Amino acid sequence: MMASSYNAKDEDGHITVTGPGGGTLRSKKPENTAFKQQRLPAWQPILTAGTVLPAFFIIGLIFIPIGIGLYVTSNNIKEFEVDYTGVDMSSPCFNCSQNFSWNSTTPCTCTIPFFLEQPYESNVFMYYGLSNFYQNHRRYVKSRDDSQLNGDMTSLKEPSKECEPYAYHDNKPIAPCGAIANSMFNDTLELFYNDPNGTKVQIPLTNIGIAWWTDKHVKFKNPGAGEANQNLTAVFQGTTKPLNWRRPVYELDAAANNNGFINEDFIVWMRTAALPTFRKLYRIIKSPSNGMMPTMPRGNYTLEVVYNYPVRSFEGRKRMILSTISWMGGKNPFLGIAYITVGSVCFFLGVVLLIIHHKCGNRNNSADISN
Amino acid sequence: MTWRSPLALVRDALRGQRAREKDLRNLVSNLPYEGLEKRKQPNRYFPGNAIKTTKYTLLFFIPMNLFEQFHRLANIYFVGLAILNFVPVVNAFEPEIALIPICVIMCLTALKDAWEDFRRYQSDRKLNNTPCFIYSRKAKKFIERRWKDVRVGDFVKVICNEIVPADLLLLHTSDPNGVCHIETSNLDGETNLKQRRVMSGVCISDPDFEPESFNSLVVCEKPNNNLNHFKVLCVSIKCKDHMDSPKREKPDKEKVGAGIESLLLRGCTVRNTDHAVGFVVYAGHETKSMLNNNGPRYKRSKLERKLNKDVIFCVILLFFMCLNGALGHFLWLQALPTVPPYLVPDSNGHLDSPGLSSFYMFFTMIILLQVLIPISLYVSIELVKIGQIFFITNDIDLYDEATDSRIQCKALNITEDLGQIEYIFSDKTGTLTENKMVFRRCSIMGTEYPHKENAVRLAVLEESEAEENVLFNKRPQPVKPRWSLDTEDTNFEDRQHQHGSHRKSKVAGNAQSNVAFSSPLVNGFSHSLQSNNPMDPLSNMPKKSGYFSNIFTSWQRKPNRNRTISEDSVVEGDIFNLPEIMEEPGDINGLRRCSLYAPTNSDKPATTSDNLSYEAESPDEAALVYAAKAYGFTLLARTPDSVTVRLPSGEDLVFEVLDTLTFDSFRKRMSILVRDPITKKYVLYTKGADYAIMELLGTPYAENLRGIQKKIAADTQHHLDCYAKDGLRTLCFTKKVVSDKEYKSWFVNRQRALAAIENREQLVMDTAVQLETNLCLLGATGIEDRLQESVPDTIMALREAGIQVWVLTGDKLETAVNIGYACRLLEDEDLVINMSCKNKLTCTSIVDCALQEVRRYNEDPRNVDTTPDISLVIDGLTLNMALSSDLQDRFVELAKHCRSVLCCRVTPLQKSSVVKVVREKLKVMTLAVGDGANDVNMIQAADIGIGISGQEGMQAVMASDFAISRFKHLKKLLLVHGHWCYTRLANMIIYFFYKNVAYVNLLFWYQFFCGFSGTTMIDYWLMIFFNLFFTSAPPIMFGIMDRDISAEILLGVPELYRTGQGEGEYKFSTFWVNMLDAFYQSLACFFIPYLAYQGSDIDIFSFGTPLNTISLFTILLHLSIEIKAWTAVHLIIIGGSVVLYFVVTLAYSAVCVTCNPPSNPYWILPRQMADPMFYLLCLITTVVALLPRYTFHVLRNSIAPSPLVQAKHLDQLDPSTRSEYIKEWRSFRGGGQVKSSRLSTPPSPTLETPVGMYPQSPTVSDIMGDEFTLNVISENYQRHLHL
Repeated sequence: MMASSYNAKDEDGHITVTGPGGGTLRSKKPENTAFKQQRLPAWQPILTAGTVLPAFFIIGLIFIPIGIGLYVTSNNIKEFEVDYTGVDMSSPCFNCSQNFSWNSTTPCTCTIPFFLEQPYESNVFMYYGLSNFYQNHRRYVKSRDDSQLNGDMTSLKEPSKECEPYAYHDNKPIAPCGAIANSMFNDTLELFYNDPNGTKVQIPLTNIGIAWWTDKHVKFKNPGAGEANQNLTAVFQGTTKPLNWRRPVYELDAAANNNGFINEDFIVWMRTAALPTFRKLYRIIKSPSNGMMPTMPRGNYTLEVVYNYPVRSFEGRKRMILSTISWMGGKNPFLGIAYITVGSVCFFLGVVLLIIHHKCGNRNNSADISN
Repeated sequence: MTWRSPLALVRDALRGQRAREKDLRNLVSNLPYEGLEKRKQPNRYFPGNAIKTTKYTLLFFIPMNLFEQFHRLANIYFVGLAILNFVPVVNAFEPEIALIPICVIMCLTALKDAWEDFRRYQSDRKLNNTPCFIYSRKAKKFIERRWKDVRVGDFVKVICNEIVPADLLLLHTSDPNGVCHIETSNLDGETNLKQRRVMSGVCISDPDFEPESFNSLVVCEKPNNNLNHFKVLCVSIKCKDHMDSPKREKPDKEKVGAGIESLLLRGCTVRNTDHAVGFVVYAGHETKSMLNNNGPRYKRSKLERKLNKDVIFCVILLFFMCLNGALGHFLWLQALPTVPPYLVPDSNGHLDSPGLSSFYMFFTMIILLQVLIPISLYVSIELVKIGQIFFITNDIDLYDEATDSRIQCKALNITEDLGQIEYIFSDKTGTLTENKMVFRRCSIMGTEYPHKENAVRLAVLEESEAEENVLFNKRPQPVKPRWSLDTEDTNFEDRQHQHGSHRKSKVAGNAQSNVAFSSPLVNGFSHSLQSNNPMDPLSNMPKKSGYFSNIFTSWQRKPNRNRTISEDSVVEGDIFNLPEIMEEPGDINGLRRCSLYAPTNSDKPATTSDNLSYEAESPDEAALVYAAKAYGFTLLARTPDSVTVRLPSGEDLVFEVLDTLTFDSFRKRMSILVRDPITKKYVLYTKGADYAIMELLGTPYAENLRGIQKKIAADTQHHLDCYAKDGLRTLCFTKKVVSDKEYKSWFVNRQRALAAIENREQLVMDTAVQLETNLCLLGATGIEDRLQESVPDTIMALREAGIQVWVLTGDKLETAVNIGYACRLLEDEDLVINMSCKNKLTCTSIVDCALQEVRRYNEDPRNVDTTPDISLVIDGLTLNMALSSDLQDRFVELAKHCRSVLCCRVTPLQKSSVVKVVREKLKVMTLAVGDGANDVNMIQAADIGIGISGQEGMQAVMASDFAISRFKHLKKLLLVHGHWCYTRLANMIIYFFYKNVAYVNLLFWYQFFCGFSGTTMIDYWLMIFFNLFFTSAPPIMFGIMDRDISAEILLGVPELYRTGQGEGEYKFSTFWVNMLDAFYQSLACFFIPYLAYQGSDIDIFSFGTPLNTISLFTILLHLSIEIKAWTAVHLIIIGGSVVLYFVVTLAYSAVCVTCNPPSNPYWILPRQMADPMFYLLCLITTVVALLPRYTFHVLRNSIAPSPLVQAKHLDQLDPSTRSEYIKEWRSFRGGGQVKSSRLSTPPSPTLETPVGMYPQSPTVSDIMGDEFTLNVISENYQRHLHL
């Protein structure tokens, strides 16, 4: 205690100690326990060549097979990419890309033929890819109202400030508000298989199951969800569509379970990408139920694009990607190569350490500690 | 309460201010004004006795505490950032969230402060409400009130064992002599009783003190914090009315002065006195004890200073990173052709220009990357230090059984400095030695007498009991009649046996209180008497006995707190006095008594005095009194006015004490003036240091009498030198007969000096000097102060640890050198430079010469392989000159080359200036250790002050940072705890910097992929939790508990201590290497996941979650590479952190659906954990991130292992092999073993004395009246070469 150089406690202490009875003082001797004496049993590893050798070899031995496995898996994934931005004069979408306006009413359509070298088995995932689109810009990422998207009626009428300046339009609240929603990708992509016999078969694209289950069922809710025979049009009464949208939110899809805020294309867009070049799942091409036929056989295909989304303002690129997936996701040879490299490096280091151990090991054990 | 005009109030306040500020205060009794309203009270301007030590009040706690906390620059920085976050254009996080970390930390600090303040409040309240007795005029008696009711001018009665409530001027005590005993342990820690006496002449000390009759004006000085100084003047006035100044013309006015001896200090305990009544002069915060109470000292450790420098570097780094961010943002915006849809304008639909928005971005970046400056580092360091102190205080090896005391850590924030000490400055007496004085020899009138029994006792105490028995069973051998210096060493063993049997029984008893009687001294006398050769011994006998009676010094019975005993038998005193028995050498009575005494040598003479236990202010005095008792001259009682001595014959002599001239450091002696009971003459006895006494010997007196007097002085001086060589402490004794006339005139002077209020000390001292002239030498004593156990061992270990040990002592040069050899500070083979000169010029040349010599010695190729063993011995006078500003640098340079330095005859002030000079010139870490009040300056000047709680009170301990009870504890404290604390804290701080940089850089790298827009890919809450919870406990635990090398090895191989000295482990390069590693690791942690997820449909927070997890693993595994010893605690805490991370993150991602816009953590981690990629990424990234560090450690440990690593190898051997290795290794180095004695003759150093190169001729120095020596000492400094 600094308050006073003597305090009541000390006085008490003095009196008990010095009183006639002579009360016994508790010894101040510290307890002789392993913890207090800092003698807890301890494992003291010393990192020397001899002791860590096995670790390096083990890492090498584990990593190289994993790397090979990953590399092979990644190589087995088939992926096909079509850039339909239309920057080249020769590109079919060149015209569409040139005269663009968010508000144009006449859709511009372009058709891109492509050839698949290999047949694609099992489910094929169709992505649209954007380059140079900074969905991760700080202001952009914030420009949304999660409670509105969660079906909150008050937020529907009064969007959060974060949505500014995309919160109100003509004094009506925008639903869904914010820059993310406003800039939603609105190209329509359709795939046709050009049968060798000349017919053009449209490939059925599923738009259900492309968003996270939890997003669709928990995070995103239409206002007034749960009420019996809800009418989305009525629910969104009094709100207005985002500026760049052509249709209001309740007309995104014909199916009731994919309309409004729970439209999966919308949900997928709202999950902002981490990096400026990204892909987003657009549709799934389910494998035929009989399983004998490949989902997409080798051959000529046509991609029909309703070209709505402008990317020239940020020198972006638009792509359509077809990919099969494996347990490790899409095609990416990086991880496999990384594992192989690291494994080899560890193995190499292991060998180096082995040599060092043989050269210096004996000296260490003699424990000469000269400075 | 009547209404008073504000003007009057202001006037009154001003007057009060003036009254308080005045140099002299006039106080009067409150009693005549009892019951009057406040403004009529005469003493109303002085504060009351209620104290308030709390810093805060309930109402203003929050603002005041915030104000306190904002004194810390770091807090302002963080709050500034948090406020910056509220500016919409720059904010990076939700503003409220950004406040959380700083709020948590400030709340914790505030809670701690509040708790401390509450405890202060409680103790204040308890203190203020303590009951006490105040005189009331109405009740006509002392009535019980509270401490807080005490006011200046009151009369307070204190009862035995009660604490004095305020500073009281003692007016009356129950003791008929007007004495009151107080114990000041609460103030200065000293447990011995101090005597206070009633202010004489103010009140008639009739048995019933009547406060109402007190009508004096008390004039006292302004309150000050000097506990040993007080001046008061009482002016008795007859008229009852109060007046501001005493009426000068009153004829019956009487002035009486008094000093500290009449003041009862607040906080003291009254002992052995039924009751005492005092007049309150100072109350409350003006009391001396409160004025002495200046809170804890704050010392900043070396590591912390370095740390602050590195924090600055972090700030610079942060600045450049933010600049980079701002620039990047600008370029990114410039590159955009038009406004893209992802660029969100502000609410007005307006977009800032690239320049402006990149300017804003700079601040956003600061907010984003603020964690680079470790906010929790300071709090963590405090926690770590508390933990370290817990372990230090709980060390059983630093516990002293004898005093039942642990080590006390008073400074909480410099533990790690213990591991960096390069210079130790040690006091000698009480620090290296026991400070338990034992009387060994004396010289009386030029003849030497040994007192061998003490030597035996000491020897026996050192041996085991078995040996003791063997010793005692030996047959007594023929008594050697006389002792001579030459035969001393050879006969030592014999003597031990001879007298062992005599004192067998006594050894078993209290070693301290028994002094053997059958000493060779006495035997010598009896032998001489019987041998019928009376001339020589007989002439000495009376002197001897007279001498012994002369050495009765201040002593006390052990303070017995049971006051019933106090009445009759307890006598106390702290004032040195010299009662006399024989006044003339060869007095016939003395002769008779001594011959009577001789036959009783095997019996105890007076049984009643057996159980006397003395307590003296200084241990030397106690040793003398015990020795005198051993020869039958027992000090029976000591009252302020008299000394009672029982002679061996059984008679009691009572000496009247007329005055005592107390010790002061200027005179270096003390005297007592007594009246001989037989001859009724005034005799002055003086004792003091030889040089303080010898020059005062009355030359005319000696010449007038006999040539023998001269011879006595010479012989005594010779004996003194011999004593000093043997390491004994010496004291000289003189007497002087003062004639009646002389005494009368001196007494008048004395009284005047005592009554003076201005310059009183000087006047009192002058009167003392006035009387202490023409002394007649009686003799000298040699008192042994035994070395504490394991001192040589400890000093050896400290020196091996690379610490230079300096001993600063007030003792004589010879004594100091001797102790130096005994405690292995000086080695026989050392080159000892002896510096002692009397004027500046020679001093300069000596320093230059020695410096050249040392350099030559060091450059000599023959000495390259051996460590330079140069020691320096310097005396106080020379030191003073050497420390003068022009010589300072050269002296310090010289001292740097010396392995040990011995300074003798130094004053406390010199001690501290030496420490300061070395500390500032050499920029080294210094530690000062001492036990007495004279070491306080030094202790406060050093980086670390260590107090030894010993025999000399507690001042040193009170001033110290650490208080230990034995010198040997220093070894473990420094070598083990110092090393541990330092490495632990240094590693923890480095790790903390690394951790923050590694983590924050993840955010920085991400900026390159989000257009430098300040986006975070990790949820804010998780980021905050990451630093606050997930990764904070492991480093703290690391800082408290890591143990790189076991205590046994650290003690066995003191060289390991060198790793912490100087730059130590926490180097500038270490910091940057770790920073680079942090950058590398963050690169790995960011770019491996980046490359793995490149081009995929990963969203921001799904990308951030693996990054967060990976960096958790990397950071924790990084720590586990650094952890040197894994205990269960380590495992639990690190495992717990990982578990906590997953539990919290999973719970958060399962619960938070829309709770934390705009991030949506919902179900991200569970989804990631279902993905094998997540685990594969975690695995490879962690390995890649840590591989370089791991490999680096392995390679370094394998190819060029540091001493610490080698020691770790040793540690893993089993104990027996280990000790063998240590032994082998140390013997290989040579001289490592601590030798048990210094008897072996060393080879002379090859170095010759620098006679040739020193041009000064002897005649010159003779002319200058100088005698200085610069000599190379081999074999006990015998080759003095006068230049």
